[in-house]
Amino acid sequence: MNLLDRTVEFTAALRRANVPVSSAETVDAARAVGAIGWADRDALRAAFAATMCKRPLYRSAFDSLFDLYFPPRIGDGVVLPDEGGPAGEQQPGEQRNGDPSELTPQEIEALRRAMRDQLRDALLDGDDEKLRDLARRSVSAFGAAQNGPGQRSYFIYRVLRAMSPETLIADLLAAMLGDDDRGGLEERIARQTIADRIRAFEEMISSEVRRRMAEERGIEAVERTAVKPLADQVDFLRASQRDLVELRRQVYPLARRLATRLTARRRLGRAGRLDFRRTVRASLATGGVPIETKHRPHKPHKPELVVLCDVSGSVSSFAHFTLMLTHALREQFSKVRAFAFIDTTDEVTRFLRGLELGDMMARIASEADLVWFDGHSDYGHAIEVFAEKYPDAVGPRTSLLVLGDARNNYRATSAAVFRRLCGQARHSYWLNPEPRSYWGSGDSATTAYADLVDEMVECRNVEQLQHFIERLLPT
Amino acid sequence: MSLQGYAFADVADVRERLRETGYLADEAIATTVFLADRLGKPLLVEGPAGVGKTELAKSLAAAVGAELIRLQCYEGLDEARALYEWNYKKQLLRIQSASGATGEAAGDAAAGTASWQQTHDDIFSEEFLLSRPLLTAIRRDDPTVLLIDETDKADVEVEGLLLEVLSDFQVTIPELGTVKATRRPFVILTSNATRELSEALKRRCLYLNLDYPSAAREKEIVLARVPELPEKMAESLVRIVRALRAMELKKAPSIAETIDWGQTVLALGFDTMDDAAVTSTLGVVLKHASDQARAISQLKLGAN
Ligand SMILES: Nc1ncnc2c1ncn2[C@@H]1O[C@H](COP(=O)(O)OP(=O)(O)OP(=O)(O)O)[C@@H](O)[C@H]1O
Ligand SMILES: [Mg+2]
Repeated sequence: MNLLDRTVEFTAALRRANVPVSSAETVDAARAVGAIGWADRDALRAAFAATMCKRPLYRSAFDSLFDLYFPPRIGDGVVLPDEGGPAGEQQPGEQRNGDPSELTPQEIEALRRAMRDQLRDALLDGDDEKLRDLARRSVSAFGAAQNGPGQRSYFIYRVLRAMSPETLIADLLAAMLGDDDRGGLEERIARQTIADRIRAFEEMISSEVRRRMAEERGIEAVERTAVKPLADQVDFLRASQRDLVELRRQVYPLARRLATRLTARRRLGRAGRLDFRRTVRASLATGGVPIETKHRPHKPHKPELVVLCDVSGSVSSFAHFTLMLTHALREQFSKVRAFAFIDTTDEVTRFLRGLELGDMMARIASEADLVWFDGHSDYGHAIEVFAEKYPDAVGPRTSLLVLGDARNNYRATSAAVFRRLCGQARHSYWLNPEPRSYWGSGDSATTAYADLVDEMVECRNVEQLQHFIERLLPT
Repeated sequence: MSLQGYAFADVADVRERLRETGYLADEAIATTVFLADRLGKPLLVEGPAGVGKTELAKSLAAAVGAELIRLQCYEGLDEARALYEWNYKKQLLRIQSASGATGEAAGDAAAGTASWQQTHDDIFSEEFLLSRPLLTAIRRDDPTVLLIDETDKADVEVEGLLLEVLSDFQVTIPELGTVKATRRPFVILTSNATRELSEALKRRCLYLNLDYPSAAREKEIVLARVPELPEKMAESLVRIVRALRAMELKKAPSIAETIDWGQTVLALGFDTMDDAAVTSTLGVVLKHASDQARAISQLKLGAN
């Protein structure tokens, strides 16, 4: 297959991974390759990124796919310096040792030790080339498993278990630090540096494993597992710790937009103060007679927001997200009050001010009064407590935002109280992290609540949140 | 498509000539700039504050011997400030003096209409036109780098305007006719990504995501900007700054701050970055008191 065909397939793969590439952009990509050529792989990557990957959000999918479709041409034909021997189709690790499965356990162990020593040195120097080379060889040596005749699979965990870079940390620290550097700044920074390098090494291993799998099975088979879902499609209910960090980056700009949308609506309608400059300017076409007056837009009033969020176990990553959203929103509204509940409600506004998000989470968990009875969600009780304890929270200028899955453990809903609250508010919306098809099933009390708010919206990921914001108040 | 041929011979040439102006570009930066030149497309550079977006445009202008024309975006920026507007004060004065003159020879309605037409044509002529950066860049005959800085700060409507101007590099002024670029400027747009720019605008541009540089490149940048700083010091500074960036801070330190820090420790005569040195100069890299407090506790400064 020639490289141009490969490019076409790469483009199709990007689209399959939800990275939008327009046909004009594929033309740009082709022109870019025409300008820089194929010889330099890094330049090629940069050229494709410049023309076809225009949001940081897409970059990790882009890189995984680029590595699959344009693998480095090392490993099948290049003699690596410290291996020696003739070049061939096989990996250097295999040339010298034969198929690792034919080695005795002692020999495998000796190989493993030798490679761990090399890994130690490479991590110490931060030498990316050596690390990449080691990643390739350790995948050859330890990653393969025979499943069926002629069918090989490669596994990341096997390689990581053999090389276990984490167990080298103590050694590396000792090599990097003198005795008096211990415990202080130097150590902390050394740890950070080591952690960065190990993470990079692990990335190299997984990309090498994908490359091998693609050779064995064909690219298409590997593609789906190689590309993680785009961060804006990560399910809130399943988000991992690392996903949450990425989500955080995405939520802040969204919060700003949500706030502008809520503000924009008020701006429409009545005209503001006379804009002298523009009025005179317009009058010049009519000989200086101001026939049409121009007005300044209204100073937007910041609306008030009340957030009521479920932070119970069933939605813990969603709760993390909603608190994150609330935290980001606090700057955008004249008044934000936030309330959290599990089976009872407490105001958490005080934790929003001047605190880091991480601290906020910790303090809410330890200091807020959220459990009344058994620590299982009780929307009915939580709503009643909210209405009773904070009777003035929801007024005619308030937008009320409820965040939760409405999983109520078959308890009473207090729908009447909730109806009254929604009636008092200017707007009321409910964001539900569960797929719409689950609503109303089992102990889900959505049927009791959905009609009382202006709208209950499925909000499982950042993408849906974004749609909600865009639809909420069309400009 | 700069009508005068290309500014750079190849990617290495970009890198070399940027380096001569003091800008250290990595492979991705150099390649993308090269492509923007070859493909004649605007380049959108996106990334956090202080990673060298604006500086790239300035260095590029210096490297190719072009003049830099800058359109700084902000909330409320409108066509009148971005493209052109009529100098209404001057126009008013002209109308007044004209109506004074015709007032004396009054009586004839036809003459009055004719002279108003005359005045109207006069006041919408070149003399009364205030050219703003976009128009200025298009009308220049000499090499130009047009920097549209912090595009994300402008309102969405401005993107429509940019889209129009950047697609065919021409502007129609109803009273004067169409102005077409004789020589296309090299266009760089920057954004801090506080909001997504429209897909349509992005499709028209090449895209470069600038992030914090690798440790090696950042060290080089610091040494290029603060040449007297010992290499060892530069290395520790960069390592500490990277550790700070990994924390959750209100405002992560940028390259500019690493450079400032280098200058500060040099001026104060520190020769190692020990706890005392870091603690006493931390204010240079971290601007928020709460960030400083966090860094001090996480780095366990002053603990031993
Ligand atoms: N690659 C580089 N080579 C040399 N100096 C650099 C480089 N990148 C950044 N700098 C230095 O960093 C400083 C900050 O860069 P600059 O002001 O361009 O950042 P920016 O990305 O435009 O930030 P902002 O978003 O705040 O406008 C510059 O003054 C420059 O000295
Ligand atoms: Mg700037």
